[in-house]
Amino acid sequence: MIFKLEKRPSDSKAMAYLSPVLAVLLTLISGAIVFASLGHDPLGSLYVFFLQPLEDLYGWTELGIKVAPLLLCAMGLMLCFKAQVWNIGAEGQFILGGLGGGFLALQLGDVESYWVLPAVLLFGSLCGLAWAALAAWLKTRFSANEILTTIMLNYIALYFLYYGVHGPLKDPDGFNFPESALFSDFAMLPVIFEDYRLTISILFALFAVAVIWTFMSRAMLGFQINVLGQDPSAASFAGFKDKKLVWLVLLICGALAGLAGVSEVTGPVGQLNPYIAPGYGYAAIIIVFLGRMHPGGIVIASMLLALTYMGGEMVQMDLTLPKSITGLFQGMLLFYLLACDLLISYRIVRDRPVQTKSSSNQQETAQA
Amino acid sequence: MKLKTISKVLATAALAGGMSVAQAEDPINIGFVYVGPTGDAGWTYAHDEARKYVEEQLGDKVKTTYVESVPEGADGERVIRQLASKGNDLIFTTSFGYMNPTLKVAKKFPKVAFEHASGYKRADNMGTYFTRAYQGRYLTGLIAGKMTESNVLGYVASFPIPEVIRGINAFTKGAKEVNPDVQVKVVWASTWYDPAKEREAAETLILQGADVLTQHTDSAAVIQAAEAKGKYAIGYHSDMSEYGEKAHLTAAIHNWGPLYLKKAQQVLDGTWKAEDLWPGIAEGTTDLAPLNEAIPADVVALVEEKKAALKAGEMRVFDGPVINQAGEEVVPAGSTMDDGALLGFGFYIEGVEGKLPQS
Amino acid sequence: MDIELITNILFATIRTGTPLILIALGEMVCEKSGVLNLGQEGMVLMGAVLGFAASVITGNLGLGLVASVIAGMFMSLLFGFLAISLVANQVATGLALTIFGTGLSAFIGASYVGVGIEGIQAWTIPLLSDIPVIGKIFFSHDPLVYLSWVLFGLVFWVFKSTRLGLTIRSVGENPEAANAIGMSVFKVRYGAVMFGGAMAGLAGGYLSLAYTPLWSEGMSAGRGWIALALVVFASWKAERIMLGAYLFGAASIMHLVLQGLGFEASPNLLAMLPYVATILVLVVLANDAIKAKLSTPLALGQPYRPQL
Repeated sequence: MIFKLEKRPSDSKAMAYLSPVLAVLLTLISGAIVFASLGHDPLGSLYVFFLQPLEDLYGWTELGIKVAPLLLCAMGLMLCFKAQVWNIGAEGQFILGGLGGGFLALQLGDVESYWVLPAVLLFGSLCGLAWAALAAWLKTRFSANEILTTIMLNYIALYFLYYGVHGPLKDPDGFNFPESALFSDFAMLPVIFEDYRLTISILFALFAVAVIWTFMSRAMLGFQINVLGQDPSAASFAGFKDKKLVWLVLLICGALAGLAGVSEVTGPVGQLNPYIAPGYGYAAIIIVFLGRMHPGGIVIASMLLALTYMGGEMVQMDLTLPKSITGLFQGMLLFYLLACDLLISYRIVRDRPVQTKSSSNQQETAQA
Repeated sequence: MKLKTISKVLATAALAGGMSVAQAEDPINIGFVYVGPTGDAGWTYAHDEARKYVEEQLGDKVKTTYVESVPEGADGERVIRQLASKGNDLIFTTSFGYMNPTLKVAKKFPKVAFEHASGYKRADNMGTYFTRAYQGRYLTGLIAGKMTESNVLGYVASFPIPEVIRGINAFTKGAKEVNPDVQVKVVWASTWYDPAKEREAAETLILQGADVLTQHTDSAAVIQAAEAKGKYAIGYHSDMSEYGEKAHLTAAIHNWGPLYLKKAQQVLDGTWKAEDLWPGIAEGTTDLAPLNEAIPADVVALVEEKKAALKAGEMRVFDGPVINQAGEEVVPAGSTMDDGALLGFGFYIEGVEGKLPQS
Repeated sequence: MDIELITNILFATIRTGTPLILIALGEMVCEKSGVLNLGQEGMVLMGAVLGFAASVITGNLGLGLVASVIAGMFMSLLFGFLAISLVANQVATGLALTIFGTGLSAFIGASYVGVGIEGIQAWTIPLLSDIPVIGKIFFSHDPLVYLSWVLFGLVFWVFKSTRLGLTIRSVGENPEAANAIGMSVFKVRYGAVMFGGAMAGLAGGYLSLAYTPLWSEGMSAGRGWIALALVVFASWKAERIMLGAYLFGAASIMHLVLQGLGFEASPNLLAMLPYVATILVLVVLANDAIKAKLSTPLALGQPYRPQL
């Protein structure tokens, strides 16, 4: 090899900011090649994919509609992952939030009070929390691995939703179609701009980011989570309650994902149907790692991922490319982003004849 | 060249909302919103075939666009709205879940014509359409009733929604007419699409004695299962004989092409208006795939006769007496089920085994 | 329930469990070496589509299977390059691989939708298949089912009593130490990842060439996720993967069989059966916290970079 990787003495601050830029550049170049090889004008196509979705306020509000649930789920997942709790269950918690909140909204269909919405939101969050609590209970009481339980609980949640909309929550005037009645206006989240769909759920999401960010950087709890995450045995030596922390991060995540779910059904969807969860809980997992487990990074990563979904719709409309292209593009972008992060801790150097080294002190392990 | 197209689209987008229905000499733009991938070999595939048909037939006069695998949650509304604001004159939303989103967008774009499949809400610029696929089902039921030796027919179903229940009942009605001893067993796979699971559902039915199978899911796995076990099967959505030459008796197929062509032509001519269309065998939107040679000539003749009668409107599938599982006459002899009742079909007729799941 | 019904349920259970076994065994080996690859779904789909395409083009199912395996390995190399060589985060890289593979397989497979082929047929094993009940349940499957047993035996044996197994395990437990005593962490991890890819590709081939010989988009329908859960369920033990996969398979079959028997319950609630059963059995089997922790490869998910 002519080039090799060398560990930097300390992580490069500059690269922390430059590597995503580099990744985006590489994606653009590769994307241009892909588009050109499919017989499309590369620059115009890139414009359609990345910029056209955001060229007006409407585009930005639609981005916000996708970012809000992604952010809420991702912030909760970040806490879990930092504490080494591998919660894959934001999707199920999201569904339960929507289902529970939707259930209450339907029960209160005739109540004309401004208390309906807060009650619905609260109940939805609690349902998400309860779903996460199941995983926490299984983990702390039976040592049931949360990766397994949360994946299974996701499927169970989905069938619960199917059960609800095919059964007890079906719109009685809906010709037996599997969806609920539309919620009353009192159960709907207010929109921010008239004529656009973006609701105040984006404010919930930003509020959650702000609170968790502050918390992680200042409060004792943030410290605890970080310590536990890095070294569980150290944490228990320091007297932190391992199990309490598992409960805490899962409950927070469940409540946030539940809030995302209930905001989705009382926002852009406006009713219960079998399709309320388009996979935000899974997408949020990628976002957490793309955002390097940092609230700021997560905000940017969620916007980027949301943009690729919208861009994918645009290239289908304008360039009549199949949806599979979106998957290729997203995959490529993610690969580059992940690969370029290497440059934060390593640099590429010319491979010169090796000076003799003692092996032990040269061994270095990169941390995730 | 392509940049030009894009800027043209952008320019049209800027004019959106204030657009008038296209003049006859201008090409019109038609947008399609699909719930699955065009490669699902089932529901969406049939719609996309029709889109291509419209392009073939009208050539330069139309430009079509589609967006596939659009989730029926919050994303649907954005895609529909984008299609409208990008200057599409006619937009087909091809799944039930798009009903409310289509309605919301239709209100914002009064000059754009919307067509929603399978729903019941309409507006001045939003029509609905569906296909009387149950007529095709009925005809396949006649064949199944004649071909079965065990008198047990198997039906792999997805979810208990009216469209599926209507199909089960129509199939049963046909089978019962020619074979009063026949029983239809239903297994709900709780998925639209999982080939392996569909195959297992089919084999479960075979195990319980079914010797003619059909399915209301998206893949051809049921046909394959029947072929492997030496049983008969009836396809759905499209001709599935490719997957089991011996087993495949026929299929109840969709053919949306003529309907889409008609709607496109109306927009071209400026005569489009919102209506509730429910075409069927007479218009060709539902039909049978070529019949297997194993079907005896008298059965073929019977099918042709009934098909002609349906086409001519001399009979309807759910002409009375329609008897439910409890033996009550829901529709008395001499009258027929109206479209409203058909749309919300929520019970099994006599001949279907088991209880209709209420959830 | 009569004996024939039970026989058939067990027969179907084995068939349903087979793709899960293939994916999960591969993922287990991968995780044993300390690498968590969440890209199975993408690898399975690529295996399915390329296996199908190769079979259609060459008319040879054997070549199709080879293509499936190669497709899975190719995908896993992509993962390995990022996650091993470039020390990228494994969870995110794996998920990206799933997105990428799902898209690419759909793109490649567009022209194979609606094409039918004669799939891989059952091999009834002479003599053994004549044994009543047992013969039908175990010895009248297609060859890939038998192959899954052979592969299980292989993996079991490697970890039970070979140096290779020990090497993989030490690399997954403590890569620094493994490296210090002269093992190549890189080679071992690449090897394990590629084995995982090959197995996922093979599972894809099983779906598109044997189970339901057809191609349509997304035909793996989430089996990669279930397999991932099964590895955890099995606490990284091959024999428990078999148990878990067949348990899950049996519960999935029961969802359908119970309906056929006239069991009146909401099919949507019945569909929860396999998922609930898996959790319940896990709870019964694994309420020993220390044991559960010990079985997890210690360095799982952590990138490693040897001497530079």
